[in-house]
Amino acid sequence: MAIIDSLKKISDTVWELPATYKEGMRVPARIIATEKLVREMDETVYQQISNVATLPGITRYALCMPDGHSGYGFPIGGVAAMDVGEGGVISPGGIGFDINCGMRLLTTNLTLDDVKPHLKEIVDLLFQRVPAGVGSHGFLKLSHSDFRDLVEQGARWCIEHDYGWNEDLELTEENGCIPGADASKISERAIERGYNQVGTLGSGNHYLEVQVARPEDVRDKDLAAKFGITIPNQIVVMFHCGSRGFGHQVATDYLQTFLKVMEPKYGIKILDRELACAPLDSPEGRDYFAAMKCGLNMSFANRQVILHRIREVFSEVFGRSAEDLGMRMVYDVAHNTAKLEKHSVDGKEKTLLVHRKGATRAFGPGHDEVAARYRDIGQPVIIGGSMETGSYLLVGTASGADTFFSTAHGSGRTMSRTKARKQWHGKQLQHDLEARGIYVRSTSWAGLAEEAGPAYKDIDEVIAATELAGISKPVARFTPIGNVKG
Amino acid sequence: MPYQYLEDIGTADIAFEATGRNLPELFSEAADATMNVMIDNLGAIEPHDTRQIELSNDKIDMLLFDFLQDLIYFKDAERLLLRVRDAQIDKKEGKYFLKAEAAGETLDAARHHQRADVKAVTLHNFSVEKENGGWKATVLLDI
Repeated sequence: MAIIDSLKKISDTVWELPATYKEGMRVPARIIATEKLVREMDETVYQQISNVATLPGITRYALCMPDGHSGYGFPIGGVAAMDVGEGGVISPGGIGFDINCGMRLLTTNLTLDDVKPHLKEIVDLLFQRVPAGVGSHGFLKLSHSDFRDLVEQGARWCIEHDYGWNEDLELTEENGCIPGADASKISERAIERGYNQVGTLGSGNHYLEVQVARPEDVRDKDLAAKFGITIPNQIVVMFHCGSRGFGHQVATDYLQTFLKVMEPKYGIKILDRELACAPLDSPEGRDYFAAMKCGLNMSFANRQVILHRIREVFSEVFGRSAEDLGMRMVYDVAHNTAKLEKHSVDGKEKTLLVHRKGATRAFGPGHDEVAARYRDIGQPVIIGGSMETGSYLLVGTASGADTFFSTAHGSGRTMSRTKARKQWHGKQLQHDLEARGIYVRSTSWAGLAEEAGPAYKDIDEVIAATELAGISKPVARFTPIGNVKG
Repeated sequence: MPYQYLEDIGTADIAFEATGRNLPELFSEAADATMNVMIDNLGAIEPHDTRQIELSNDKIDMLLFDFLQDLIYFKDAERLLLRVRDAQIDKKEGKYFLKAEAAGETLDAARHHQRADVKAVTLHNFSVEKENGGWKATVLLDI
C-alpha cells in the first residue's frame, strides 16, 4: 500500500499518519499541505517524519510544512516540539548542519526605474564583495579569540565593530544574539572551519537577490506599509545563508557525541542515525545546546556583515549614504534551529524545545517575542522562492498554535540536484534569465543549473497552503531582477 | 564505475555510491566523489601540497565518515582541495587504522570549476559494505 493511502485527511490542509503507522511512534505525524502538494511529496518525507515521531518527549505531532522534501534525519520542513520535563531530546538532525540558515530582507527607497540602469553594476559589485562558492573566505580578518567572542555575541559583535546600525538588532530574531552561547563547548576544528568565513554566502541554495515589489503583488497594503514597503515598484534586497563551516562542524561534532551516549547511557533507540540525540536535560544535551547557540550567533553575525557589504555597494553605486537610500532591515528569520519556547498544550503552558529544520518561526500578533515595532501585527516571515519565480513576505498569525507557530521556509525542491543538472545548463540558464530581466552571477555553472526554477515546487501553491492552513498570511510577493548565486 | 551520483536520494542534497576492490580503493573513490561534488574538473587539481591523514575507528563506516569529514575540514580551513595519493587501512584487534597521504592545492576560481559546497557527510542511509568480493559505500552529502 502506498504511504499516501495511510494518510488520514483531517482538513483541506492537514494530513495525518496515525501513531499506529510505524512501531515506536509516540505521536501522529502531520503534513500541512494542500492535496496537490501532498501528492507531489516524495515518499521519504513520510518515512522521515514518522521516524521523528518516535523521538522521546515529542509533543502532540511530528509536523511537516507545505514545502517539505526529503532531507536527512528530519525531512526539510520538519518541526518537532520536545517536552523538556518529559525527557525531551535535542537532535542535530532536527536542526540541520547549517545551524540558523536563514533569510534577511531589507528595503530601499529606490524604484525599478532607479535601479534598472545600474543593475549589472550592482550585481557585479555584490558578487565581488559578498564572496560565494566552495569554502569561500570573507574580508574580516579575525583571530580565533575574536571569533570566539563573535560566536558568543552574534550580530551584537558586528554592531560594536561598526558593521551595521543599532536598529538592525531589534529587527533580528533573538535581537541577533541568543543568550547562553558558550564557546568553550566548541571544538578547535569548528573554529578553524569558520573564523575566516564571516561575511560569505556559501553555495547550494544560498543566494543574494535584488527584487522588486510590483504594486499588483502587494497583497496587504497596510501590513506592507508597516514593514516599509510603500512605493510602487520598490526595490528590496533578500538573502539566504547560514553559519558556514563553523555551524556544519558543530553539528558534526555533536552528532558523533550523541551516537556514543544515546543508547548505552540514555537507552534511546532511533530509526535513522541522523536522528542521534540526547535529553536536553543531560550534560551532552546541554553542551550541544550551548554550542548550537554559537552556530545561531555566527549566522546572525554572518548575515549582519553581509548586510553591511550590501549597504556599502548601493551607497557606492548611487553616491548616497545607505541611510539616505532607506536601506532598513525588515527582519531576519532563522530556518534551522531548536529554541526553548512556551506553548499551550491541552490548556497548560509548557516549555518546549521546538526543532525547526527548514521551517520558519511565525509568531502571531501580541506575542512577546515579536520585535516591539511589529508586536501588534505579528512576526515577519520571509520565504524565498527559486531564483526564477519570486519570493514572499508574510506575517505570523494567531491561528498558528497547532504548528507551534511554524510555517514554510522556501518553495521546496521537487527534483534532485543530480537530476536537475542533467536537464539544464548553467550558462544557457543565465542567458535565458537575462532575456527575462533577471541578471545572475554565480561561481558555478553547474550549481546554477541545480537551482533552476522547475527543480522547485510552485512557490505560489506553497504560500497558498500556508495561508489556507492559517499558519502565515502573505503580505507581498517580490520578483527577482538580480541574483548572486552561491 | 568507481562512483556514481544517485538521482533519487536526497532532493536537496547529493548522494553517491562508490565502489572499490579493496578498502583503500573505496576510500579514494569516495574522496573523489566528495571532491567532485565541489569541483567539476578534478583533473585540474595540481598536487602542490600534501597532508597526512591518520585515523582510527572501531567501525569501518565511521572511519570513512571521519575521513571524508577531514577532506571537508581542509576545504574550509585552508581552502585546500585534496585527492588521495596513497592510502593504507589495517585492522588490528578489532579496530581499523587508516594512514593516507592526500595531495592537492588551494582553490583557484579561475582554474577549478566549482559546483556546490559540501557542508557535511550525513549518516542518513550511510553504509559501507562488502559486495561481490569488493566494497561499496553509500553516502549522502549535505549541500
